[in-house]
Amino acid sequence: MSDGATQTLPLRAPPFRLRNYAICLKGILIREGLRFLNQRERFISSLVRPLLWLFIFAAGFRQVLGVSIIPPYKTYVLYEVYITPGLCGMILLFSGMQSSLSMVYDREMGNMRTLLVSPFPRWFLLVSKLLAGVAVSIAQVYVFLGIAWFWGVKPPVIGYLLVLPALFLSGLMLCALGMLLSSLIKQLENFAGIMNFVIFPMYFASPALYPLWRIQESSPLLHKICLANPFTYVVELIRFACYGQIDWVSLAVVLGCTVLFLGGAIIAYDPARGLMIRKQDTGGNG
Amino acid sequence: MQHVKTGNGGNGIAALDVSAVSHSYGSKLALDDVSFSIAPASFTVLLGLNGAGKTTLLSLISHLYDTRKGAIRVFGHDIRRSSGEALRRLGIVFQARTLDLDLSVQQNLAYHASLHGIGAGEARERIAAVLDTVDMADRLKDKARSLSGGQMRRIEIARALLHQPPLLLLDEATVGLDIQSRAGILATIRSLVRTHGISVFWATHLIDEIEDSDHVVILRQGKVVADGNVASVVKANRVQTIRDAFSRLNERMAETLP
Repeated sequence: MSDGATQTLPLRAPPFRLRNYAICLKGILIREGLRFLNQRERFISSLVRPLLWLFIFAAGFRQVLGVSIIPPYKTYVLYEVYITPGLCGMILLFSGMQSSLSMVYDREMGNMRTLLVSPFPRWFLLVSKLLAGVAVSIAQVYVFLGIAWFWGVKPPVIGYLLVLPALFLSGLMLCALGMLLSSLIKQLENFAGIMNFVIFPMYFASPALYPLWRIQESSPLLHKICLANPFTYVVELIRFACYGQIDWVSLAVVLGCTVLFLGGAIIAYDPARGLMIRKQDTGGNG
Repeated sequence: MQHVKTGNGGNGIAALDVSAVSHSYGSKLALDDVSFSIAPASFTVLLGLNGAGKTTLLSLISHLYDTRKGAIRVFGHDIRRSSGEALRRLGIVFQARTLDLDLSVQQNLAYHASLHGIGAGEARERIAAVLDTVDMADRLKDKARSLSGGQMRRIEIARALLHQPPLLLLDEATVGLDIQSRAGILATIRSLVRTHGISVFWATHLIDEIEDSDHVVILRQGKVVADGNVASVVKANRVQTIRDAFSRLNERMAETLP
């Protein structure tokens, strides 16, 4: 052993400055990015899923499901064009849940503890982790939109830029939901339930695949469920943003849900008030 | 409880002060009125059988759990009221492996540095220094997955030292390692106390990891049953060795149980 480490922190060390917070955020972003790049299967499957819907499902249903002229579209659009915002939402939804899965995994494997014992405020650490998850999600959406462009899905060029804030906000909401769910899940095995009880219902009970007026025609009850589904507003926010418009109701709902889910996640991960304490997740046998 | 010596080294701030701490999981009492303190630049062993409450205590000290009853101070900083300041002074090695296996040693350590607000340039220097300390400088670029259990543990110790904490907590750090790796890690940690004045709180159930000069806190079913240096704990129990004292304390406790 050598004498490499020679100092210890003085009893009265200067408090963290904004620069230190930025370093912490950057570190968490880099780590999340590296993990994503190291898991190529995760990247490929995140793209294959929406592309299958676009290339196969949409092609098959183009003739069956007619889409009338509804805002923000000013003319008839191909079914592929109609479902693309929903597929962007699908990427964000799966990615948000994936980040929740990774938090459960991190907690089981112990990596989560290294984050939670950082001296930065717990809320800041969770928000940073959330932002890292959102950044990864948005990168996936843009790769998908790039491929979809070659398939004839071509929103206005400015739409690619204007959709960014909508993707950011939607990603934030869904990652916050994932984070909140991760605090409620004790074991990785329980995550399968999330697929059945959260992801699929949220996706199918939304205007991702068919307009709400069509759902209302077939089932008023289902229509009400769709209206109560936050993912409905994610899809519409993205759809309108792709065409340079803001759907104010969707914006308000997505903003409100983000605050609600994020607040819930921060409380859940707070050792003083949260749910973690009930899990007896000591990670040891002593 | 046999409170032979407080171990706070007389005057000055204790490295760790645990005062009347209790903790329950539902109706199950895991820690019952635990109090002790440890001196700066000392090696303190938290000794207890499996299920004694060692990991729960370390989870409370590291603020993974909230301390609802009692108080914990790290170099005078209350873990509840100024958790950030307390955590800055704590280096923690968890019982479970906590390295990210998909990342390299350098990436793991750089991530930890960022979690303590240490910039990239300074982090590089510190990473080189701490890897040198644990004799792992040649594994900087290797994936964590490629390391043996003992090597991973060394990297975790290096990581715990990266932000230069004056107090190091290690939870069963040698569990699952071969004899040679265990001895090497223990020697590394003990030399940190001697050469750098770091305080070490070493949780274990392995009695042969204790040396005569150590401060010992013995935990039995959530209660501190002995607290003091090895000689005084041995003397108080009228036995010859710390092993005998530990056995006797566990027997006595078992006799008092309903």
